[in-house]
Amino acid sequence: MKTGTLRQILLITDGCSNYGEDPIAMAALSNEQGITVNVIGVLTNDAMDDRGMKEIEGIAKSGGGVSQIVYAAQLSQTVQMVTRQAMTQTLQGLVNQELKQILNRDISMEELPPEKRGEVMEVVEDLGEKANLEVLILVDTSASMKEKLPIVKEALLDLSLSMNARMGNNLFSVYIFPGKQREVERILDWTPKMESLTSIFSKLTPSGMTPTGPAIREALGQFMKKRSARSLLSSDDEFFEESV
Amino acid sequence: MMMNSLKNPFNFPKGTVIKGKWNQKMYVLLKELGYGANGTVYLVQNENGYAALKMSKNSMSITSEVNVLKAFRRVQGSSLGPSLLDVDDWIIKGSAIPFYVMEYIQGPNLLDFIKQKGHSWIGVLLSQLLRDLESLHEQGWVFGDLKPENLIVAGPPYRIRCIDVGGATIQGRAIKEFTEFFDRGYWGMGNRRAEPSYDLFSVAMIALNLAYLKKFEKRVNGQAEIVQMMTKRPELQLMKPVLLKAVNGHYSSAKEMRKELLSALSSPANQKKSEKNGHLSNSAAKTAAKPLPSRKAIHKKKKNRKLLETFLIIVSLSFLYLVYLFFQLI
Repeated sequence: MKTGTLRQILLITDGCSNYGEDPIAMAALSNEQGITVNVIGVLTNDAMDDRGMKEIEGIAKSGGGVSQIVYAAQLSQTVQMVTRQAMTQTLQGLVNQELKQILNRDISMEELPPEKRGEVMEVVEDLGEKANLEVLILVDTSASMKEKLPIVKEALLDLSLSMNARMGNNLFSVYIFPGKQREVERILDWTPKMESLTSIFSKLTPSGMTPTGPAIREALGQFMKKRSARSLLSSDDEFFEESV
Repeated sequence: MMMNSLKNPFNFPKGTVIKGKWNQKMYVLLKELGYGANGTVYLVQNENGYAALKMSKNSMSITSEVNVLKAFRRVQGSSLGPSLLDVDDWIIKGSAIPFYVMEYIQGPNLLDFIKQKGHSWIGVLLSQLLRDLESLHEQGWVFGDLKPENLIVAGPPYRIRCIDVGGATIQGRAIKEFTEFFDRGYWGMGNRRAEPSYDLFSVAMIALNLAYLKKFEKRVNGQAEIVQMMTKRPELQLMKPVLLKAVNGHYSSAKEMRKELLSALSSPANQKKSEKNGHLSNSAAKTAAKPLPSRKAIHKKKKNRKLLETFLIIVSLSFLYLVYLFFQLI
């Protein structure tokens, strides 16, 4: 199996969307195109309302990804854990597909005897280490998120530290929603390092709306644009695009 | 997939019988030993005695840990992790719960042990830990998530053991699991690539955690804060040069760090102080001479008090005599 590129959208929010398309539908659309959607819900006080909780779970489920609800203080650890778990989950899905082809019957990793399962896990871990990773991060900058933005910034820097320790290449891009003029705005273009976030994040002014659905749609559009731009250039990058 | 690490997903009562699907072995559940994001550990019993059984809804993390325990089994002469006894699935209510059974390591965790027995055990146990890490590193592994909560002191004779190998990573890869306080990446003092120096940083932070019996958070400059915390504690005085080298990534092997740790700990206790004060190089003479000044000081104080008493008595007596004389004259 060739090393490919894993594509993820990471949504960081603290509650419910209140504008535009249904985010759960947008997540499903994204999953259809091979882009996993993960969600991290950041708790303000002790509780998050039921509707917000359900939406977060719903987005991750239909987006083929992982969701987690945490206190702001745990954000750093969670961001890297969620990203990793989603990678493993995607890779395991791919390995299961391969198994199906080899064994010519519908079998998942769980049905294998523990011995064989261990061997498959080694393959999954090896792929997770070597695969290239592209994460588009969507940060909710509605008013209630304001005081959490410094922690979000720390968590994203920490994420790039964790991921850059892998053998595979990484690209990150950061978008905020709502933006100053538009529903969604890019604040960081594709880059392997996120250090430049430090200066950008301090200038952000949060506002009222939470257009989560449009944000996911826009993120998906960015991935598509990137893919088609790559296919125009017949560069070495092509290699990474193949298998996944 | 929805993860919720805040709650234990399993709640099986004492006496529950767990039977493996593949190997058909049976275990009687005695009590819960603990739970975390990656599963729940129970104390169980079967015909061979006590054992620890870990189960999780996440088949991937169980499988990955089993792989590590199998690899550790191949590490000669090291008994850092628990030995692996069985791997299986338990079918309950139509779904399979993957589990593995390992040796039950009994004892307090490292933090509780130091609380009970005192700081003089820090150096001893850390040098044991470094010896185990040395053989682990030589086999191409890095432990990753080293912290007092994962370390058990079994015995007596006391021996440090590890109960959670979930963070163990093949060298050269990205560290699988870590805890912020013991992670050099968090303190801004290095990357998260699995190499021996990553574990050695954690070992130094364990010493810091044990000396203070608590953790603290990074404020602005992680490196300066660590140095400051290491300097403040008298328990760490002898180890300090070794710990500083470790947090700065200046050791390339556990063997090297262990050697320097042992020689730092075995040096005569007052040598450091006397060198700083620029006294004679003969430390034996110093140790004998050191307590004397303090005893003398106490002596002096006593003498002073006696003099004062005598003086007061004389003064008051002569005053009374003067008063007597005065009245006589009138």
